[in-house]
Amino acid sequence: MSGDSEAREAVGDYKAGWHDPENATIRFDFGLSEKVVRDISELKQEPEWMTEIRVKAYRHFVERPMPTWGNTEELMEIDFDKVCYFLRSSDQAGSSWDDVPDDIRNTFDRLGIPEAEQKWLSGVTAQYESETVYHSIREDLEKQGVIFLDMDSGLKEHEDIVKKYFGSVIPYSDNKFSALNTAVWSGGSFIYVPKGVHVEMPVQAYFRINAKNMGQFERTLIIADEGSSIHYVEGCTAPTYSTDSLHSAVVELLALPGAHIRYTTVQNWSNNVYNLVTKRGVAHENAKIEWVDGNIGSKLTMKYPAVILKGEGAHAEVISVAYAGNGQHQDAGAKVHHMASNTTSNILSKSISKDGGRGSYRGMAKIMPKAENCRLNIVCDALILDEESRQDTYPTMEVGNPTAHCEHEASVSKVGDEQLFYLMSRGHTEAEALGMIVNGFFEPFTRELPMEYAVELNKLMSLEMEGSIG
Amino acid sequence: MASDDNPILEVRGLKVGIEGASILKGIDLIIPKGEIHAIMGRNGSGKTTTANVIMGHPAYEIEEGEMFLDGESLDDMEPWERSREGVFLSFQYPQSIPGLQVGNFLRKSVSSVRGEEAARGSEFREKLTSAMEELDIPKSFLSRYVNDGFSGGEKKRFEILQLMLLQPRLAVLDETDSGLDIDGIRTVSKGINSVVRGTENGALIITHYSRILEHVNPDRVHIMIGGKIVASGGPSLANLLEDNGYDWLEEQVEKGVDFE
Repeated sequence: MSGDSEAREAVGDYKAGWHDPENATIRFDFGLSEKVVRDISELKQEPEWMTEIRVKAYRHFVERPMPTWGNTEELMEIDFDKVCYFLRSSDQAGSSWDDVPDDIRNTFDRLGIPEAEQKWLSGVTAQYESETVYHSIREDLEKQGVIFLDMDSGLKEHEDIVKKYFGSVIPYSDNKFSALNTAVWSGGSFIYVPKGVHVEMPVQAYFRINAKNMGQFERTLIIADEGSSIHYVEGCTAPTYSTDSLHSAVVELLALPGAHIRYTTVQNWSNNVYNLVTKRGVAHENAKIEWVDGNIGSKLTMKYPAVILKGEGAHAEVISVAYAGNGQHQDAGAKVHHMASNTTSNILSKSISKDGGRGSYRGMAKIMPKAENCRLNIVCDALILDEESRQDTYPTMEVGNPTAHCEHEASVSKVGDEQLFYLMSRGHTEAEALGMIVNGFFEPFTRELPMEYAVELNKLMSLEMEGSIG
Repeated sequence: MASDDNPILEVRGLKVGIEGASILKGIDLIIPKGEIHAIMGRNGSGKTTTANVIMGHPAYEIEEGEMFLDGESLDDMEPWERSREGVFLSFQYPQSIPGLQVGNFLRKSVSSVRGEEAARGSEFREKLTSAMEELDIPKSFLSRYVNDGFSGGEKKRFEILQLMLLQPRLAVLDETDSGLDIDGIRTVSKGINSVVRGTENGALIITHYSRILEHVNPDRVHIMIGGKIVASGGPSLANLLEDNGYDWLEEQVEKGVDFE
């Protein structure tokens, strides 16, 4: 098909791929040791118990072997000695954009964060390298007792809450990267929503890596108290370098009885970032946790948002999309553990690969023997745009109770020439036609996003189909 | 070059193959402005290929011949360029695009084909509303996904809705009548007539049966057998064919009967 090669050509320049000069106020040497871990803790003037957790986690990280699944080849390429584990760019987190150093502020301006904040957000944190450089929350929410801080400030100001919940959902020993994160964590969000408070507009965190060979290890803890609700949105980008950066976050959610947490991610890291993230939530009685997870960028992503349905009547929803272009591997999926009776979960995964990209769905669904009348529904759809690209599905289901009702559907499809011809006969170029098909495929995800994000994502995918971004 | 004397469509000596197999073996066809022509023929006679080739389907290989839209050669144009020049194809089997909303798709298509202005504001909405009313399409249709889960009749009505909004200079309708009941055929015929009659536009209706032709009343009827147009004549040719069948017609052609 003529025009085919143009339309399906590799994606051009990455839109958020510029970098600014690095003006670090504190920068650690490359490499990781117990001393680095202790230094980070000391620099942050942390309580001793936190230092101890960090050190234990570090020791576990050293001993723990690499995962033997996902993309083992690429995992082995990570050189932990060539990563910078801490970089401070600003001496304080401003609560006004005027307090943020000019170069960093320009970055967030270009990413449209201050504008979005004014229009449709309840609060914003912006993290640059290791630490939060800007942070704000609407006054009315603060008055209602909503806490929205960066994690470092959370530890300082609400040590009791942090001590109670930190690592309670994801212990450092969970996996190699949760151990790494626990050892060197910095930044991230700390949120507490009091009983019965509904935060109507989303709060947003934006993560930006700017320096080369940077490691970003944010740590997020969200606690929604009984009957409360919150929607948290995060976005991430980084400059395009020829060397790799490492992003390894840990996100813990606690939805107490009747609470509702929605956690939305649109990850658009540049193609030199390893994105190895552990995300898990615990849903108590009649609570609801939703992961809305979009993976567009990165070199290798391994991420499986999980929900532990601990209380009766709890509900989990995991909607994820992944786009794997040239040189990318998106190993994404979901985990749900039905621990209690009458719990329900829906998993929808949509994955596209193009230009030799590789997408995999990896899922684990467990229904415990004591959990009666659980419902579980999994749908995985994959779309392959050319012969060089790849899609795999690795679903695991362990059903320990005969009253469970489980459904699992999986499909892999290709874009049909007849579909393209149909759209082209309506005046759309081949790239536009491909964009329409791809955006249509992602629609069940896109419609869950705040409108501004949905528009951006549609634009982004259309540009990816044109093979030129800029 | 465009001029009043040009036919809206001219096909000269068209030979077409796909994957080495020859399908069209020399087609000549002229549709003057303001006229509706019909091609009738059995399955496999090359009707759908003719429709696809006029729209520029990339799977076919043009071995010989030329096509002109109002005097302008279509040969080097991609399907979207032909569409923007005013060619429209109503598909026999319209493709579904899950996740793409009808309303959104229509606006984008109108914008691509007729320009952004035509897709903006109240004028577009009014056109859309009146066309949908004419075709008996409910409002809820707009939020459905393109052809996804549509019944046969809904798909055909949706093709005609697109025809009415895109206002092509040349409409090619590939078996738009199949899968439609008699009310559907009447509605669709009204749509076709409204786009062509009294204009400088033209239409080519491809069909098995004469039923739709009773409502559209074509100026000329062409019979296609084995990749060739073997007979052409006025509207009564369709009735002759309906009454006597293709075998009879083939015999007449062999005897050298002229149907003009």
